[in-house]
Amino acid sequence: MKFIDEFRDPALARKLVAQIHHDAARRAASHPIRLMEFCGGHTHAISRFGLRELLTPAVELRSGPGCPVCVTAAADLDRAIALADAPGVILATFGDMVRVPGSRRQTLQAAAARGADIRIVYSPLDALDIARQQPQREVVFLGVGFETTAPGIAAALLQAETEGTPNFSVLSLHKLTPPAMRAILEAGEVALEGIIGPGHVSAVIGSAAWEFLPREYAIPCAVAGFEPLDILSAIGALVQAVVAGEPAVVNTYARGVRAEGNPVAQQLLARVFEVGPADWRGFGAIANSGLTLRESFAHRDAARLFPVEVASTPEPPGCRCGDVLRGVIAPTGCALFRRVCSPRNPIGPCMVSAEGACAAYFQYERWNVETFERSNVSTGA
Amino acid sequence: MCLAIPVQITAIDEQQMATVTLGGVERHISLIMTPEAQVGDYVLVHTGYAIAVLDPDEAQASLEAFATLAAIQEELEPCADEIY
Amino acid sequence: MADQILLAHGSGGVLSHELVRDVFVRYFSNPWLDDLGDAAVLDALPPGRLALTTDSYVVQPLFFPGGDIGKLAVCGTVNDLAVAGARPLYLTAGFILEEGLPLETLERVVASMAETTRAAGVAIVTGDTKVVNHGAADGLFINTAGVGVVPPGVALSPAHLQPGDALLVNGPVGDHGLAVMLQREGMGFASTLQSDVAPLHGLIAALLDAVPGQVRCLRDATRGGLASVLNEWTSQIGIEIEEAAIPVREEVRAACEFLGLDPLYAANEGKVVIAVAQAAADVALATLRAHPLGRDAARIGRVTSEHAGRVVLRTLYGARRIIPMLTGAQLPRIC
Repeated sequence: MKFIDEFRDPALARKLVAQIHHDAARRAASHPIRLMEFCGGHTHAISRFGLRELLTPAVELRSGPGCPVCVTAAADLDRAIALADAPGVILATFGDMVRVPGSRRQTLQAAAARGADIRIVYSPLDALDIARQQPQREVVFLGVGFETTAPGIAAALLQAETEGTPNFSVLSLHKLTPPAMRAILEAGEVALEGIIGPGHVSAVIGSAAWEFLPREYAIPCAVAGFEPLDILSAIGALVQAVVAGEPAVVNTYARGVRAEGNPVAQQLLARVFEVGPADWRGFGAIANSGLTLRESFAHRDAARLFPVEVASTPEPPGCRCGDVLRGVIAPTGCALFRRVCSPRNPIGPCMVSAEGACAAYFQYERWNVETFERSNVSTGA
Repeated sequence: MCLAIPVQITAIDEQQMATVTLGGVERHISLIMTPEAQVGDYVLVHTGYAIAVLDPDEAQASLEAFATLAAIQEELEPCADEIY
Repeated sequence: MADQILLAHGSGGVLSHELVRDVFVRYFSNPWLDDLGDAAVLDALPPGRLALTTDSYVVQPLFFPGGDIGKLAVCGTVNDLAVAGARPLYLTAGFILEEGLPLETLERVVASMAETTRAAGVAIVTGDTKVVNHGAADGLFINTAGVGVVPPGVALSPAHLQPGDALLVNGPVGDHGLAVMLQREGMGFASTLQSDVAPLHGLIAALLDAVPGQVRCLRDATRGGLASVLNEWTSQIGIEIEEAAIPVREEVRAACEFLGLDPLYAANEGKVVIAVAQAAADVALATLRAHPLGRDAARIGRVTSEHAGRVVLRTLYGARRIIPMLTGAQLPRIC
């Protein structure tokens, strides 16, 4: 598969890893270079390809909040579940959201089991198809995702307007990524030396959108694709920048990302959405970090069309998804991790989402083989 | 986040919808965000939309940079091919 | 006859009899079934130990590329017998039909089952039909039970696994799961990918003949995929597999890239995982490859005394990671 297989070449990967270790050894400090991979897709890829193990001890990777499923506030998920339960509603959603627990451990999957009409779709256009085929029902699309995903929802809404399909609306829970990155750095809870930047978000917003990192925080950012060679070359670039003391934005995904991003996609966003506050699970409210539908789309705004009261409830006791999402701890730092919280019994969203850090650690790295042999812990899940 | 995969455009219709293929699997996707895309181009597709046209020259440049790095390493440390 | 299934078709009266006669007996006809006794009495069983299995089939959609629920219901049960080392002989077929199911749909499924039993050399000798209210059965559900005989000298069990044993699979994994997923509503993909649903007893018989006493155990890798089967075998022993060695069709790889799925966990309906003594592995592989259902057979790993209770994958990059049991069905993802 072109543009995939070439970027998975094991021989080249080994060379990139060797270069990383070689460069990292040149710096005076003895602790590992700590980088954050902002994006959950990177967390998943790093774990799936076994890259973390190859980079130890030169580089330590901390996962960030770039998992839109993980950062959806419990109250927002409760709202989605309430909508799904409403008579006449078909809730269309990406598969990622279906098993995430809201408050009181409710999930969309459980709602489907008790009769809610929930459809998993690959694209908002598939949801629009359903709306056309079922004119007597209201199709509500659960809009979760960052700047990569929101333009597609915007386009689907515009198409619904143009073709005159009235029964299609969106519950917008879309969020913006640079404000979350800022919030982490402002909080100062974790010392980061570099950021692996989200490649597909950047295809939309542009690599230049991350210039504030070297400019305001003196931290380098390498915008990275998702194949192993992409990730390793981005880490390599960051290590070199850290060792040289020259923070900058490096675009290592130039085949898909331009400095200015995709202006057409940005215009779609601007036409349909406006920026406002948003609640990030684990962070609380972050100013100017959410996308809500403009007044001109009020008739397709599920939040306005179907207002539902949701009581806010605290996170389950002991759940440290917030700390994981802010990069303060790795999943292994949470007392519930694998003792209580597991994919079979997820307490928080980081364990449920395929790209949540806890799920990635549990699935792929919970016990790398040496650790397993040393600890000889019997299986809990 | 953001599973977006590189697929090749095999056909485009009048509504800016393209037929794309990857490994024999086909889908219709929207080119609304990449109006400049042509048949034969590779695009990154996320949730049924092309979000970027892939630049094969840049891809080639990246791969060549990796290969060059590998060659330099071989020259400097021919015995130091770590086995992982 | 009516053109759709009615509640009365399940009530034992005239309509029931007509359904049995005009559909089931018509397609499945064999001496035992034609008798229509309350039980089929089977004589002249070959020597050996009796094997018995049952499975229910609830797949949606009913018809998918490469097969349908009927073909699945026959092959699944035939394969469960075959991986126990048994020669499959007789099947039962119990149908739960949803009121309103078009008769034509039922006939298509039954015709497919008949064709599959003929190809597999087994007979459906007895059955049952019930009809439930509209909405209670997703069209139709099928249960099949199967009887077979394990020849003397054949004894397969995970208890026989030993460190050093070779692990083989008869072909590329994930075809069925992805073929069905791509056809689901809301997915909108087109591909030529077909389910791999097939009866495996011929392939397995050839294997057991070629390397007698050397095959430790077999398992068909259905729901949960290759990864789940391998996990079921680890308790006293460990398993290590090579990512580069696992055969996966390009279309399955591509579909998994689109949907964010892992082929190791995708369902198969025509794949068997084989544990064989290391010394017999080459002959076993050659035997599989000589058979139409094993052309792309591959050695994928080995049994080991290390990390007992765990399946470990060596990635393309030489790193090793645990392959856990699947929890919940794989769902398509965009993140």
